[in-house]
Amino acid sequence: MTPEELHKVAETELESRQQIDHTLCVCTAAGCVSTHSDKVKEALEKEIEKHGLKEKCKVKGVGCMGLCMAGPLVSVERTGALYQMVKAEDAAAIVENLGKPPVQRLLCDTAQPFFSRQKKIVLENSGVVDAERIEEYIAAKGYEALLEALTSMNPAQVIEQVTKSGLRGRGGAGFPTGLKWGTVAKARGDRKFVICNADEGDPGAFMDRSVLESDPHRVLEGMAVGGYAVGASQGYIYVRAEYPLAVKRLKDAIKQAERLGLLGHSIFGTTFSFNIEVRLGAGAFVCGEETALIASVEGKRGQPRPRPPFPAERGLWNSPTLINNVETFANIPPIIRNGGEWFAGIGTEKGKGTKVFALAGRVNNTGLIEVPMGVTLREIIFDIGGGIPDGKKFKAVQTGGPSGGCIPEQFLDMPVDYESLAKAGSIMGSGGMIVMDETSCMVDVAKFFMEFCMTESCGKCVPCRVGTKQMYQLLCKISDGTATAADQVMLEELCDVVKNTSLCGLGMTAPNPVLSTLRYFRDEFMAHIHDRRCPAGVCKIGKEQVATV
Amino acid sequence: MNPSAQKTLSVKTLQIDGKDVSAREDQTILDVARENGIFIPTLCNLDGLTPIGACRICLVEVKGARRLLPACITQVQDNMEVFTNSETLVKYRKMILELLFAERNHVCSVCVANGHCELQSMAQKLGVDHIRYPYLYPKLSVDASHDRFAADHNRCILCQRCVRVCDEIEGAHTWDTMGRGTSAQVITDLNQPWGTSETCTSCGKCVQVCPTGTLFEKGRASGEMTKREFLPYLTLMREERE
Amino acid sequence: MVMNLTKPALPSDDRRWKIVNATMRRHGYSPHSLIEALHTVQEIFGYLDTVALKYVAVSLHVPLSKVYGVATFYNFFTLKPQGEHTCVVCMGTACYIKGAPQILEAIESIVKIQPGETTPDRKVSLVSARCFGSCGLAPAVVFDGEVAAKVTPAAATEKIRRWMQS
Repeated sequence: MTPEELHKVAETELESRQQIDHTLCVCTAAGCVSTHSDKVKEALEKEIEKHGLKEKCKVKGVGCMGLCMAGPLVSVERTGALYQMVKAEDAAAIVENLGKPPVQRLLCDTAQPFFSRQKKIVLENSGVVDAERIEEYIAAKGYEALLEALTSMNPAQVIEQVTKSGLRGRGGAGFPTGLKWGTVAKARGDRKFVICNADEGDPGAFMDRSVLESDPHRVLEGMAVGGYAVGASQGYIYVRAEYPLAVKRLKDAIKQAERLGLLGHSIFGTTFSFNIEVRLGAGAFVCGEETALIASVEGKRGQPRPRPPFPAERGLWNSPTLINNVETFANIPPIIRNGGEWFAGIGTEKGKGTKVFALAGRVNNTGLIEVPMGVTLREIIFDIGGGIPDGKKFKAVQTGGPSGGCIPEQFLDMPVDYESLAKAGSIMGSGGMIVMDETSCMVDVAKFFMEFCMTESCGKCVPCRVGTKQMYQLLCKISDGTATAADQVMLEELCDVVKNTSLCGLGMTAPNPVLSTLRYFRDEFMAHIHDRRCPAGVCKIGKEQVATV
Repeated sequence: MNPSAQKTLSVKTLQIDGKDVSAREDQTILDVARENGIFIPTLCNLDGLTPIGACRICLVEVKGARRLLPACITQVQDNMEVFTNSETLVKYRKMILELLFAERNHVCSVCVANGHCELQSMAQKLGVDHIRYPYLYPKLSVDASHDRFAADHNRCILCQRCVRVCDEIEGAHTWDTMGRGTSAQVITDLNQPWGTSETCTSCGKCVQVCPTGTLFEKGRASGEMTKREFLPYLTLMREERE
Repeated sequence: MVMNLTKPALPSDDRRWKIVNATMRRHGYSPHSLIEALHTVQEIFGYLDTVALKYVAVSLHVPLSKVYGVATFYNFFTLKPQGEHTCVVCMGTACYIKGAPQILEAIESIVKIQPGETTPDRKVSLVSARCFGSCGLAPAVVFDGEVAAKVTPAAATEKIRRWMQS
């Protein structure tokens, strides 16, 4: 494909849209699919045919619009009307009202903070383009970043822009992306690889799934730019097998890109070639750790190995390997298109750009949001999230999954970025944000995460394998009301040894949920240990007491 | 190793426990410490097998490093300052040993390896005299289906020495690990009785490298369970031949 | 034992083996494609049995114990045949704090099996999962591949009862 041909595809697509009066966009990402948006889409298509509007009206499946709790969502292009909780029966009313004032009873308020307070970079196409058609992505400036990188920049200039942008890894640790790219570019090796980590294993996180289902080409383009920058010609996307829709859309997207010559040999007539293959994860949280992920791509047990050497020097098949997560790659095309400085102008001093969060738990508006770095937790939970349902009281917000921690009310006005979350005893993590109210018991939450880490421990190193098991048993005792003060001392001691001696990130961060709950909710532990009482009434002892009172 | 390759290796100088030492750049902290008579305890590591840094007993402090590093696998660097025996390290090592003792069944008095067990002697050396953690005592099998050897999984510490020696030295790869976490276990072939293994050559190397009483020769009294150190010889001979 | 060290014959006349073979061929019978091959086996046979593990091992020149090690490392693979219906209860954080344990308890009480098991009549397999990303619609349960959102214990047991009576 030549640059002219790319522009031609975009033009043709835009022209064909001019022929259509009304386009109905139905969310076909996994969230809305599980509330049967597929049936809504069918009903709308039938209705349009019934009204003989086939030439003038179109129904298209789009990616995630964010507000999962109100799904299935249907939006009307151009007028911007958004319908919520649409059922197949509502199709007739929607179609009949096209070109007229919208159906009031289905209308979702798009002026509410949930929509107005967001800033979309990674999700700019989510809920707008049809994820299954490459033409739509191209019409939305897709693959222009790759074109620009290949035809008017050298690899060093690409890395320079990424460095300038201040982008940091969105997988959790926040390593500067430009620095990583530079290291891989400099590393010596006959072949190099690019890997996209789409093994989104944190329970409570669905950002990557949503991006892959809504806008897969963005990730492919980001990877290709990365390949050009570091000198790799082969890329792998490691996706969870638990995300069948994301896998399907990715595989289809790769085929489409290959068909148009946007992946494959000599892209845009340059000497750069790049291929991408999908590799399926098979249900192992530890494979989010980069060395374990590499082992898994190599077809082995996903067990991590000590670093250094880092994958940037010795990764896949011992070759220099660039590993970034989905959201990191998804940020690349806009950075190349608009320049690193543009991106650096968004966010905070140390946290540039935006961050996608999956908002879930005891909060009114559950779904996917994207906000500039530096907004406060209060804005996210109470403005965008709409607060806590049923008049309950906020207790904590859990970020960073099993590697993170629970942040109490006193930090609600803290701006969200890598450093401040770490200071509060949690981590940014990949972006799962689970809100808890007074009905959650923090001992129970700590136990939940410890069980997770225990069953996900690969078993290679002793502290993680055995330490997490001992910690889990101690937490069980506390929640049963059979623990002593000595047990709590032992628990804290184990936190220390597991954190400091484990081989990989899973073990090193496994004590975090315990440490953070002990730090902020020590009184709840005390109530379980000394008063044999669960203040939230979650643990079994609490229930028994209520029954006997 | 061929002589020409040796020539290109540069010399690094570093400090271990305050002592100035020099090393070849391809050496690990453990190699250098041993050459200089500095003791660093190890468990999963065995000369002649690829180090994996799994047991975490050999962790050392390196000035400037954000976390503790396994001496068996960390390569030396110029001006490194290594501490092998700090109070924290001693504490952690003892706790890790305690965790290992509590994980399965390590009652020395009824173990075939009593007196020849590396876990036992390591505990003695590091002064682990009691275990504070509750014993997990999982119910594991004893596999005595092989003609000459037996495997008692209750004694296994998952050091992977048998897996590595079988793969790297014998080349049979009869052993591997199944499952994960505390339910991980070493297996032969498709988790079948050892005696029915289609790939085992009965060479006995796994038995010789096992640090505990997991893999043992049948018909021997516990006093006779000495292990032969065949690996250094084997590796040296193979290198010479290359 | 005679181990065919060239390309092994298909284990049986079952045409599905050809699909497994096709996956391995697409990857040039590279040992690296072990996980991809196991995915294909599980997808078309529903589980990984000894015959399949051996066939894949010999075809890809991967040691038997290594294949078994990989097959048991990943949660997604199962070595036992699954029931006619499968119910996966999400036990991710969002679902957990929104009542997934109660759903699981309710289901367990009627199927009388633990997660990871299949009823003796092979009707229902019960699985508990680590988050499939439907957190916005917690608690979520997958009934035979279809995600159900905001599930209640009553709704879940109702569905399972119908399966058991079918």
